[in-house]
Amino acid sequence: MKLTLKIWRQKSPKDEGKFETYQLDNASQDMTFLEMLDAMNEKLISEDKDPVAFEHDCREGICGSCAMMINGKPHGPGKEITTCQLNMKAFKDGDTIMVEPWRTNSFPIIKDLVVDRSAFEKIMEAGGFIDVDVAAVPDANAYPVEKHKAEEAFDAAECIGCGACVAACKNSSAMLFVAAKVSQYALLPQGKIEGVQRAWNMLMKMDELGFGSCANTGACETECPKGISLAHIARLNREFIKAGFTKLAGEKR
Amino acid sequence: MTVLDSKIPEGPLADKWTNHKNSLKLVSPANKKKMEIIMVGTGVAGAAAAASLGQMGYKVKVFCYQDSPRRAHSVAAQGGINASKNYRNDNDSDYRLFYDMLKGGDFRAREANVYRAAEVSNSIIDQLTAQGVPFAREYGGTLATRSFGGVQVSRTFYASGQTGQQVLLGSYTALKRQIAKGNVTMYSRRQMLDIVVKDGQTQGIVCRNLVTGEMERYAAHAVVLATGGYGTIYFLSTLAVNASGAAAYTAYKRGAFFANPSFIQIHPSCIPQLNEYQSKLTLMSESLRNDGRVWVPKEKGDKRKPGDIPVEERDYYLERRYPAFGNLVPRDIASRAAKERCDAGYGVGETGYAVYLDFADAIKAQGKKTIKAKYGNLFDLYQKITGENPYQQPMKIYPAGHYTMGGIWVDYNLMTTVPGLFAIGEANFSDHGANRLGASSLMQGSGDGYFILPYTIGGYLADKIKSKPLSTDDPEFEKVENEAKNKIERLMNIKGNTSPLAFHKKLGKIMWDHAGMARNEEGLKKGLKEVTDLEEEFYKDLKLTGDTSSMNQPLEKALRVAASFEISRLMLRDALNRKESCGAHFREEYQTEDGEAMRNDDQYMYVAAWQYKGDGKEPVLHKEELKFEFVTPTKRSYK
Repeated sequence: MKLTLKIWRQKSPKDEGKFETYQLDNASQDMTFLEMLDAMNEKLISEDKDPVAFEHDCREGICGSCAMMINGKPHGPGKEITTCQLNMKAFKDGDTIMVEPWRTNSFPIIKDLVVDRSAFEKIMEAGGFIDVDVAAVPDANAYPVEKHKAEEAFDAAECIGCGACVAACKNSSAMLFVAAKVSQYALLPQGKIEGVQRAWNMLMKMDELGFGSCANTGACETECPKGISLAHIARLNREFIKAGFTKLAGEKR
Repeated sequence: MTVLDSKIPEGPLADKWTNHKNSLKLVSPANKKKMEIIMVGTGVAGAAAAASLGQMGYKVKVFCYQDSPRRAHSVAAQGGINASKNYRNDNDSDYRLFYDMLKGGDFRAREANVYRAAEVSNSIIDQLTAQGVPFAREYGGTLATRSFGGVQVSRTFYASGQTGQQVLLGSYTALKRQIAKGNVTMYSRRQMLDIVVKDGQTQGIVCRNLVTGEMERYAAHAVVLATGGYGTIYFLSTLAVNASGAAAYTAYKRGAFFANPSFIQIHPSCIPQLNEYQSKLTLMSESLRNDGRVWVPKEKGDKRKPGDIPVEERDYYLERRYPAFGNLVPRDIASRAAKERCDAGYGVGETGYAVYLDFADAIKAQGKKTIKAKYGNLFDLYQKITGENPYQQPMKIYPAGHYTMGGIWVDYNLMTTVPGLFAIGEANFSDHGANRLGASSLMQGSGDGYFILPYTIGGYLADKIKSKPLSTDDPEFEKVENEAKNKIERLMNIKGNTSPLAFHKKLGKIMWDHAGMARNEEGLKKGLKEVTDLEEEFYKDLKLTGDTSSMNQPLEKALRVAASFEISRLMLRDALNRKESCGAHFREEYQTEDGEAMRNDDQYMYVAAWQYKGDGKEPVLHKEELKFEFVTPTKRSYK
């Protein structure tokens, strides 16, 4: 099938960047979206042009590398899929497709469709872990976890850190990303102990890094390739409020 | 005489590791602060080791090519992680786990290493659980397990079909914690291009900053490669498309021996190639064979829909050939059996190169809800890719390249033949022999990372406390950096007509055709010639665009492909040399009448370790004899 691709091209972080229009005549509905971009890049290389830079690795929806806005939607059309899982069957001959990187100040563009998501790393370093040393642990069965809670924790832990939630949010908030981690640990006895402090530290860091606050529109949940529920944001908020009270009480003492 | 010293400790099997740990030298806390370690790769092994070493007080620098350590391909492991907890009271033990692995590997691994892997397995589950890994639970709140191939107990811990993701994130968060504490420094978006060796010791690495294109030098007292395997040699595989054996190749060129390169696992249950555009294949976890039954029609070329084929006209060939293990035979055996049926004309699907994995009986017996709880995400993944609903019709599966048992040769301390250079996880060759059992890669990677390397590396570093790392201004660093620069310049200046991706596809086809599931002398020799011809073409006709002073993904790819030619030749040579069939290495000339692998213990009971002798020169083979003191290698039967 024939496609017109309008792709964001930006040489470097400092470059202004602009949309370039490309024609691709040998696309097929049997391709995945990234295989279509591969074909596009093969064509660009054959024309002595710089191919489009984009991130990708596992190509099965689990590493979280691939990240792009396709026709204005993070990871394009389709529910609960990453860009690498997007099939070209979602498009038809003659379509024009807009492809751009995540658009948020907290994820500066490195080149073309590649953005710098290290802000997520900083949020994780602010508290996205359980404070436990290697080998200083009890037997795995020492703390039973209710089955449904373990499953809910798993649902939160499915986050792949791709950043679609931020890209989808009109406030560029990272609430769903933070909530996924805070909620996972808050649901488990191992993580509960420092749950309140964790919520505080991660949210403060999120704020400091320039992510907006929750827009309450639920766009993040709709676009999340792993279908992570807004309920986790509710749990994050509860932990955060508790943190506020704990801090207040602490200051009074 | 061999130059290889495996350094296996003396004593009874179950005491070796304890005795060895007790004899290892320690580095005092004050000195640890001065000792620098470089970790390359952040999969389960690399992340766990970096976290462990950081906690111990070493100064650790960690490198990965991705934007975040959380993206390493361990993330894609699905089915589970083994441990000999015996939580099911099914008479499991360290010994049984050890024996299953050793037998699963067709007696081509070291007893002592495999036993140690089993011995530390329980601590891994404790560690990961404490880190908040949400393993599946029973209603009473304790940990659930399931069965995997080649095993008659239930010892596989899991988190739905995303165990690798959860185990990796467990190690990743432990790593983040050490980064936050300032014990570990993270360098992401770096491609390691070379290792610096001077005075017979590893001194550091040279890498390319993938954002700025700049060359960077880093020095340390020791370098650890946790860089995974080279399964992308087949182009189409279950691996991340940017994964490669380039780091292992670099180590090999700097003097590290490469062991058993031909031992590469072809995973039996992957979604078959659907079209010519495909860039990778997706795994369907082995755990599915707990409940899924594998079959093909009894009639050749039967084009009826699977549901229209009555049970008596189906050939459940695994259950027929291997009644004791049935659908849960090890991967190499299941793969070959699928290939045999398809080659004989019984395959299904458009190409005839697929078999059915059918859940109808399991859904009938256990209900859709239970099956969904066990495998829901895998069923969804399958449906997303194929558009078919596995609750209603059987999955179609076919084998694909998956895991490399072969890798950098290491001794019992996980040190390579280059002092100060270590290799852990899939990057080394050590624990899986000629075939890896399911759910033991997360186990080995985590074991190496959390509990083995952090101790053994101390034994090496204890003798180095008086020395500082080599200055990065040293002429040796300069020389190695220049070599790397020249290599890049050479690739950029070919200015031919063919992209690195196109070369990778060609190489993949050669390797799949000649060094895939079945090999023979003629094909392997042909493969050697074809690889060398393709390499020549590569250096005449490669085309790269863009520049070297910014992000250049085709250049990254070209560097990986360039390394793959020599690894391919090593694989082919090793497969030619090993005139027997064992585990995943199947030489057509050496099989029993009913098509089973025929091992030759008299001549090939050894690890084949290859030494680099210069470009264009034949590598030298060193043999590490495998001694079986505690078990007697038997014919590996799952019938």
